[in-house]
Amino acid sequence: MNGKSSEVVLSVEHVKKKIGRKWIIHDVTFDVRAGEIFGFLGPNGAGKTTTIRMLVDLIKPTSGMIKVSGYDVNRQQEQALRYVGSIVENPEMYSFLTGWENLEHFARMQKGVDQARITEVVDLVGMNRRIHDKVSTYSLGMRQRLGIAQALLGRPKLLILDEPTNGLDPKGIKEMRQFIQRLAAEGLAVFVSSHLLSEIQLLCDRVAIISSGRILAVGEVEELISGSSDLVIWDLQPAAKGKQILEQLEACQVVEHPEEELDDGILAGMSSDAIVTRMQEHATSRTVERLVREGIEIRAVHRINPTLEQLFLQMTEGENIE
Amino acid sequence: MSSLWPLIQNETIKIVKRKRFYVILLVLLVLVPMFTYAQMKSAERSRDKFNSDWRLELQQRITDNESSLSSDRIPDEWKRYRMIFIQQMRYYLEHDVNPNEPNGVTFTREFMNNSISLFIPLMIMAIASDIVSGERTTGTIKMLLTRPVKRWKVLLSKLVALLMFISLIVVSAYIIAYLVSGLAFGYAGFNLPIFTGFTIVGSEVDMSTVQAVPQWKYLLMQGGLVWYVGVCVGMLAFMVSVLVRSTAASIVIMMAALIAGNILTNMASAWNSAKYLFMVNLNLTDYLAGNLPPIEGMTLNFSLIVLAVWAALAILVSFSVFTRRDILN
Repeated sequence: MNGKSSEVVLSVEHVKKKIGRKWIIHDVTFDVRAGEIFGFLGPNGAGKTTTIRMLVDLIKPTSGMIKVSGYDVNRQQEQALRYVGSIVENPEMYSFLTGWENLEHFARMQKGVDQARITEVVDLVGMNRRIHDKVSTYSLGMRQRLGIAQALLGRPKLLILDEPTNGLDPKGIKEMRQFIQRLAAEGLAVFVSSHLLSEIQLLCDRVAIISSGRILAVGEVEELISGSSDLVIWDLQPAAKGKQILEQLEACQVVEHPEEELDDGILAGMSSDAIVTRMQEHATSRTVERLVREGIEIRAVHRINPTLEQLFLQMTEGENIE
Repeated sequence: MSSLWPLIQNETIKIVKRKRFYVILLVLLVLVPMFTYAQMKSAERSRDKFNSDWRLELQQRITDNESSLSSDRIPDEWKRYRMIFIQQMRYYLEHDVNPNEPNGVTFTREFMNNSISLFIPLMIMAIASDIVSGERTTGTIKMLLTRPVKRWKVLLSKLVALLMFISLIVVSAYIIAYLVSGLAFGYAGFNLPIFTGFTIVGSEVDMSTVQAVPQWKYLLMQGGLVWYVGVCVGMLAFMVSVLVRSTAASIVIMMAALIAGNILTNMASAWNSAKYLFMVNLNLTDYLAGNLPPIEGMTLNFSLIVLAVWAALAILVSFSVFTRRDILN
């Protein structure tokens, strides 16, 4: 959204981490600017949480430097962490306290956060009704909101959210997404980790893709993800004949086992005799023409995203060629 | 940067809201009446037997102990212990003072003497053992340490809160013991003379330094020692709580250490270097009462120093580990 002129809020330079004898993170470098939503995409176990823990000084990097607003997170915690609000993994709050008492607890650990500010963040996350109940009675969605409230307490410049939609229902996910976008529009830098490609696509401006502790790519979401898709779903009638024709075409390969290539969300919405092909964008219109000429009824054609695994495959292949 | 006071406030609120302290008070309120009742029964029995004449009773106990000295079946250490006991009882008899006059204050004194090595430390552990490990078990440590506050300040605030509650536990134990036992034995007894300052040389008791102090003064001295032991045990439990992630493991480790101490106190007199272990040095009030120390060569000052060294090391380890450690989960 914002151009490169925006202030760099978080800068991660050549960060490495060794735990025991094993290197968990190999040389991670990226910047996050004010007003942008930065995605951190990778499968579970890729080192996302370890990296996030380093961003908030829960883990010290073996080498490299992490700066927030110019302050070294590991050496000047008190200055750097003033500008950071975070939820690392689950928003674990004190379950024997009420939501309000939790917020008061964290407000005391920071200067300039008074009762009025607590009321403000409670309003912001829409928790007025239940804020004086014990956290042990909260649903996961409410805990998540309380987690965000505590992260926003200190008026941070950088918000770090680890899998923020984990465990939420579809409505909750949508609300969360809109909420994050509103915060970013107000100038906050938001760092979001996820293992879901679709979520990053819907939410983020830029993305870093991480796998086995290595950054595979950093860039605009459009460039990295959306452009790389070559999968097309066809809903044809009669399906068997349509498939035959598609198989004959050179520009188009039929995928025999779509369940291996597609996300569950897409598979669930597909009709049982839909055909999945792999083809370049420019070949689509010629293919449609051919099918129509053969008298096939075309009910739907749409291009879809590859899974994360495929994206990785493409990226690592690309590296090899270079 | 940020001051320590609000952090201490946070830790105090958490301890109170977790209701640990209420549990401790409840335990005291249930157990003290039990002990009081037991004490009352034994007082009744001796009254029947000796027609309320404590001199007769004391004389009987001296004779009993003396006769057992000639028996071959009794180990030498026990004999030494009994010889010392006999000499002290004679001293009380000569000075016409009843060492066990049943009243609320005497009960409190006896109760605290018996609580110092296990019962009071146990209650302190109820708070100390999960003060850090509890935050790790529930994952709230992540919230706590991602604030703009240095880690040593977070830990220090927990330590200060713990010290406050240790003091509170010791004071509450005294108050509850006195109030409850007073119902049965009466609330008098503050000015009763108690002898202290027995110096033990071999099997002989040196009476030259003995002085009589009013029982309230004795209680104050005893309270100071109980508090000292409480603080030292608290520091060790605090360290274990920093080192171990699970609260259950943390409690088990400290319990094992304390119980090992109680066992060693009863049998380790031959193993001389055991006196450097913290857990055999917990019975500080024994020095005040003039009881035989578990291992030869132990004195009040020796025990105080051993405990202080252990506590200081525990704090050192706690802080150096806590400020450096990676919070992995």
